Amino acid sequence: MTVDALAKGIVAGDRRALARGLSLVEAGAADGAALLDAVRSRLGRARRIGVTGPPGAGKSSLVNALVREARAAGVEVAVLAVDPSSPFSGGALLGDRVRMSEHALDRGVFIRSQASRLAMGGLAATSHDMTDLLDAAGFDLVVVETVGVGQSELEIVRQADVTAIVLAPSMGDMVQAMKAGLVEAGDVVVVNKGDLPGAASCRDEIVAAFGMTAESGGAARADDVLLVSAATGDGVKELLARLRSIPDVVVAERRIAADARRVDAAVVRALADLRLKPAAASLAATLTPAVRRGDVSLEEAVRTIVAAAVGPDREARRP
Amino acid sequence: MTRKIRVLVAKPGLDGHDRGAKVVAAALRDAGMEVVYTGLHQTPEMVVAAALQEDVDAIGLSVHSGAHLTLFRKVLALMKEKGLDDVLLTGGGIIPEKDRATLAAEGVGRLFGPGTPLKELADYIAAETAVRRPR
Repeated sequence: MTVDALAKGIVAGDRRALARGLSLVEAGAADGAALLDAVRSRLGRARRIGVTGPPGAGKSSLVNALVREARAAGVEVAVLAVDPSSPFSGGALLGDRVRMSEHALDRGVFIRSQASRLAMGGLAATSHDMTDLLDAAGFDLVVVETVGVGQSELEIVRQADVTAIVLAPSMGDMVQAMKAGLVEAGDVVVVNKGDLPGAASCRDEIVAAFGMTAESGGAARADDVLLVSAATGDGVKELLARLRSIPDVVVAERRIAADARRVDAAVVRALADLRLKPAAASLAATLTPAVRRGDVSLEEAVRTIVAAAVGPDREARRP
Repeated sequence: MTRKIRVLVAKPGLDGHDRGAKVVAAALRDAGMEVVYTGLHQTPEMVVAAALQEDVDAIGLSVHSGAHLTLFRKVLALMKEKGLDDVLLTGGGIIPEKDRATLAAEGVGRLFGPGTPLKELADYIAAETAVRRPR
């Protein structure tokens, strides 16, 4: 199918075209970029919700519950669920659908799994572009579920309109919650598994941690910590309402920041790719033993390799 | 970046023996493929809907219940209906040789039994999907 036909199909609600289009975009090929260009005028209508948190906190189950709640309200939802790739084989086991089986036959729901392909930050390099395509396909909500993250993988916060941080009881004490990063990054902190013992006190500890300093939002943020159970459904309705109630003006501001960040990330990726240029790669291979022996300083080696990486490409100059 | 081989591994029907499906899913992951695992109790409709959304190159079904003729036929029919013409349908489980031949004649790919070396599965899927949908 041509890019033009794919774009028309996607906008018209053809799910097969959307699935194929997502693969093109994920591959990072020229056709993928052309497809995104072709649907650019349709972008910006979907609200993009990020769901992140450590492995095992119940992100997939919570996304499943959010989708159920959204469907009950007549809202069409796309889910992009990212799982990690193996650094050894390059393969991935994408298991987020296991928790979302109940929506498999609902035409108002589209679920796509994506492997992180070793990108840092909890998402794949092309997750943002894939979110765009899901937006263009006309869904009201696009929910992006990250890889299970640690304390500093916050790419989703920079891309989504609104982000929920999902935690669960027994994952650490109050000192964990006081550490900078994850908990303060989102709009809402969800203490999931609210039906388990210890959930309420876990919420109280996080609220208390917020209250320690006025700078981090202090007591004003107590309302941002929600006790939810994806298993029983308790609190899910309130959570979805909170996530959807972020004002348009805030979303507009965040999207401007996200666009700037996106350009920056693309530049960083392009710079990282430069080191793979043959001239730079072979210099790096040559200089590494010299650095190890102490014949060349690390700084000197880096200067030489970077010069080769950014310098004019001999191959390209050949007539 | 390029397109990797994507495989849906599913366990249709009512039997709950998912150990084989999990072993296969892990082996395909170790062979560098991106494996979408859907878990137990999938209907043929669910399997094909997931395969469509995930744009996979292959569907692998694990069937130990004896209902393989019904299940593979139904999935194959739904794949045709949804236009998944270039997707490989393969799988394994306790499936008699006679039934494997019957299903093969109807368009199902190779079906593997207990004891199959995992590398054989991965090699078959890699070779077969390369023909059906060149990367």
